[in-house]
Amino acid sequence: MTGMNLARKTKTDLMALAGCVIAFAIVQGLIMADIIGPFWQLNIILIGINIILAVSLNLINGFTGQFSIGHAGFMAVGAYLSAVLTVKFQLPFIVAILGGALAAGVLGFAIGLPTLRLNGDYLAIATLGLGEIIRICILNIQYIGGASGFMGIPRYTDFPWVFTLTVVTVFAIKNFIDSTHGRACISIRENEIAAEAMGVDTTKYKVLAFTMGAAFAGVAGALFSHYFYIAHPASFTFMKSFDILTMVVLGGLGSITGSITAAVLLTFVSAALASYPEWRMIIYSLLLIVLMMYRPQGLFGNKEISLKMFSRLTGGKQNGATQGN
Amino acid sequence: MDFSGLIGQLVQQLINGISLGSIYALIALGYTMVYGIIRLINFAHGDIYMLGAYAGFFAITVFKFSFIPALIFSMAAAGIVGMFIERAAYRPLRQAPKIAVLITAIGVSLFLEYGGMLLVSPQPRTFPAVFTAEVYKIGGMVINSQQVIILVVSLLLMVILTYVVHRTKIGKAMRAVSFDTDAARLMGIDVDRVISFTFGIGSALAAAAGVLVGIYYNSIDPLMGIMPGLKAFVAAVLGGIGSIPGAMLGGTILGVIEALVSGFWSSTFRDAVAFAILIIILLWKPAGLLGKNVREKV
Repeated sequence: MTGMNLARKTKTDLMALAGCVIAFAIVQGLIMADIIGPFWQLNIILIGINIILAVSLNLINGFTGQFSIGHAGFMAVGAYLSAVLTVKFQLPFIVAILGGALAAGVLGFAIGLPTLRLNGDYLAIATLGLGEIIRICILNIQYIGGASGFMGIPRYTDFPWVFTLTVVTVFAIKNFIDSTHGRACISIRENEIAAEAMGVDTTKYKVLAFTMGAAFAGVAGALFSHYFYIAHPASFTFMKSFDILTMVVLGGLGSITGSITAAVLLTFVSAALASYPEWRMIIYSLLLIVLMMYRPQGLFGNKEISLKMFSRLTGGKQNGATQGN
Repeated sequence: MDFSGLIGQLVQQLINGISLGSIYALIALGYTMVYGIIRLINFAHGDIYMLGAYAGFFAITVFKFSFIPALIFSMAAAGIVGMFIERAAYRPLRQAPKIAVLITAIGVSLFLEYGGMLLVSPQPRTFPAVFTAEVYKIGGMVINSQQVIILVVSLLLMVILTYVVHRTKIGKAMRAVSFDTDAARLMGIDVDRVISFTFGIGSALAAAAGVLVGIYYNSIDPLMGIMPGLKAFVAAVLGGIGSIPGAMLGGTILGVIEALVSGFWSSTFRDAVAFAILIIILLWKPAGLLGKNVREKV
């Protein structure tokens, strides 16, 4: 990266950071002033968790092109392990989050190493099976509550925690994608055999992306269980994995801003349809079918929305200057 | 437990496993035929099985059909629905990337499940007893009449299917399309019609499995298709996806293993073992027991 580009990147990063701080201050202010009530607070927390899940799954499915549909399993590992750390070992929340992320990441690594040899449909069905195996194993461990769930988890998750971790996740994955390693992942998505021929260690990068995605799903799980006081095996079925998948696909495979937008949008849709659960799933499924028929690339395809795009839309002649990225 | 008792229990579990396995085999046949032709994991297949069970239920309770007409009614209804789904959801995506089709299949599956919940209520229903359950005791082994019926009906359907695929013109066309779609099209085969027919047959077999399960367990609900659907897929992969004898073999093996796991260990681990088998098979022999290994072309 040239010095010029680096300077520009640092500048946009700083601007984004400033934007995040302002957004945080506004929402936190509204929460403290009791303008945002408990119902919307819940949904704001869910939006953050869903963003983490969608962006981390997008790293695997969208950027590396490996079709995984067992994300809820990794989320479950994070949820349960972090709960064990805070409840049984009385450790601070941050240690529990890191522990949950680490456990999910290690599991992702252990699972990814053999299974990522599979491709396409076979990988999808294997990850689905793995997610279910994780859930069934949890269901049978009495130490963490078995089928009745792990109860009595303290509520440590609040808006600052969720906001910070969401921002950290998005920044980490965005920077990973923009790095040499991320480019290697994208090359695998575009054509695995060609990438291999060009000297990309495809196994290494597939496993790396899978492990990272799993670890961030663990973070989301930790936030989830420490908000709802309970970790229950029924929360982590493959329906949950499909929920996350819907967000990724709706936003666009390979678009981080797309995943964020879809996570926000679908959380609102779910909230609005909360009293009609069947209709919610019917609308979800029709959305998936119609979307695949008319816009299989999702809302944003693999494009990102950015301030640059807006200046281009408003007629600024910056095309030539921005192509260097 | 003494030795002969152990053997006795083993044989008993084998009997239970084979009757359960023949149901998996019936569903797996639909998966394998569809996958063999258009390389699509039809996630909605398990829900067709659920639809079949409900069609049989309404045929018996509302239209007062007896077993055989109810079975035929349910197979016909599910066959039509299967063909309709193919026409409406999968055919427009014939040229689309595989992931798009897979996600559509997931969408169709969710739609059938929750649409079913809305239409017939999420509560399980008691399937009417069409047969008086008789229990036969043969040398200490217990076989009930439902198990016999399941086995006879499944075997009969599999024989009919084998006849259709190997002895009829449409069966020959199916095999040709599965072998090489483009070449088949060049030889004048109406590929869309063949695919539609394949969905019809597969769905009809799944519906038969649904009715048989209704008779066996006496209970049906809108989400009943999820697990057997996934397990039948495991069975299809186990036997070698795309291979009809493979599906039958895979279904039977899976059913027997599940019965043994529930009989000798714990029924809660039954599903986990099924998925573990799937993963082991995929890693060890990705083409399945009876499948052929196809190298990826560059």
